[in-house]
Amino acid sequence: MRLRLSALASVALASVALASVALTPFALSSQFLVNLATLTAFSAFIGQAWNISGGFGGLTSFGHAAYFGVGAYVAALITTRTGLSPWLAFPAAACLGAATGGVIGFASFRAGLRGSYFALVTLAFAEAFRVIANSAGFTSGGLGIHLPLRPGIAALQFQDRRLSYALVLALLGLATAIALQLRRGRFGARLIALRENEDAARALGIDVVRVKTTALALSGALTALGGVVYAQTYLYIDPGIAFGTERSVEMLLVCMIGGAGTVLGPILGAILLHAIADTARLWIDLPGVAPMLYGVVLLIAVWLLPGGVVALRTRLDRG
Amino acid sequence: MGEALLQVRGLSKRFGGLRAVHDVAIDVPQGAITALIGPNGAGKTTTFAMIAGFVRPDSGSVRFAGDDLTGWRADRIAARGMVRTFQITQPFAGLSVMENIRVGAFLREPLPAAAERLAREIGTRLGLGPMLDRQAAALTVAGRKRLEIARALATRPRLLLLDEVMAGLNPAELNEIVALIRAVHASGVTILLIEHIMQAVVALAADAFVLAEGVLIAHGTPREIAADPRVIEAYLGQGAAARMAWHG
Repeated sequence: MRLRLSALASVALASVALASVALTPFALSSQFLVNLATLTAFSAFIGQAWNISGGFGGLTSFGHAAYFGVGAYVAALITTRTGLSPWLAFPAAACLGAATGGVIGFASFRAGLRGSYFALVTLAFAEAFRVIANSAGFTSGGLGIHLPLRPGIAALQFQDRRLSYALVLALLGLATAIALQLRRGRFGARLIALRENEDAARALGIDVVRVKTTALALSGALTALGGVVYAQTYLYIDPGIAFGTERSVEMLLVCMIGGAGTVLGPILGAILLHAIADTARLWIDLPGVAPMLYGVVLLIAVWLLPGGVVALRTRLDRG
Repeated sequence: MGEALLQVRGLSKRFGGLRAVHDVAIDVPQGAITALIGPNGAGKTTTFAMIAGFVRPDSGSVRFAGDDLTGWRADRIAARGMVRTFQITQPFAGLSVMENIRVGAFLREPLPAAAERLAREIGTRLGLGPMLDRQAAALTVAGRKRLEIARALATRPRLLLLDEVMAGLNPAELNEIVALIRAVHASGVTILLIEHIMQAVVALAADAFVLAEGVLIAHGTPREIAADPRVIEAYLGQGAAARMAWHG
């Protein structure tokens, strides 16, 4: 009972701490801090999206940029090629992201792909998407797409950075609520069971292909929402930005650092990663330093923190 | 007498040049404890895996509760009410004992609270009460065997397929698990058990099938089978029955 109380207290404490950190930027006028907070929350959001399939389901994907890019291009195309409201990019991207995840998942899981084979196939899909976006006409190929500057809430472009921060926070809240539901409900229990032991899960009546495919579709839908936010914030995308490996790595990195398969993991991982990477960028101003830093941070995380920052507490408890 | 709950006919499986199982027929009547025995490598586990949908048979049929389930996926067979355990226990190691059992309970109980209640009730009934909130990885071998049964029971099966649940247990644990299987059976579950240990089979089963080198060689009550020369030879080697009669 004592143990339960202290666990409850620490969860409450962590929530209060996270909430106050999350809300501070609203009170500040410093653009730098608001931008930093937005970037961090954004990493946490797409990390949480990856976590749903990669963490809870153990479906280690190296190609989540596929869904991110689909979302980004949906937003760019809706804004530049149609007269529709950019807000429609959210449902459209979610549907297409889910469909992409569903197709990649169904094809891979039907074939029984697991572990590093699955990781490689997802990487290949993302790369194929990048190549297609590079050569296809409707994506303007390698030139990329500029979104016209039309500030205003109706056009989903926020002049006040605090508004885009609020939007990203809301998405992070949505993804985290889904992660919490996975910890509680039947679908999550089945997904976690498949991660822990596939044969045992099948013996207990769990449909492997269906549960895994659904998880990947859900994760793909959320990740695609991230792509929409990116396109609407930076107003320029090209195949490398949309489907590049760096985005996939960022998503799995925040989970590895914070703790994959835990609700708080991607949030803590994103905070830590940005604290390190953005501080370092102030000191070392070299191109390509970010991916290099990511590599170093990942090595340290895997080496010193198996299970991520979240696991640190249990390890300390056990002495 | 109506059709048996489980009816296996002509079940065969080859792995390359090896004839693992050949033309096996088994009947498991509703409400009985039936045993499938045989020496190591006789093809018991392969037979079991084919019945439960983990290995696709080359030929033959599996009928369960009047339906032909031959070639069905394992999860659909489990959903129909025929659930297996594993000889080499397969816990969800990172989850608590309760969460392990709850995965089974979710098959019929969609609501988390109801599934957890069922999981705790079954866990307690199977003697895992004090371990429910511990990690499954912390269980002893005997504890893991209980967990296998608990998880399968939580799916509310009609037929429970137990794959060598007694292997690796000491005599005291063996007696406990025999009592436990009796209790499970008394609660209304039909059981097919694969066993290596003759003593356990005699204690539990009304009816036993003997498999050797992939073929059924005998069928009868455990006592009849224990006296059958073909069975003795299969276990102890050629000429064993004659030598035993000689030394008699």
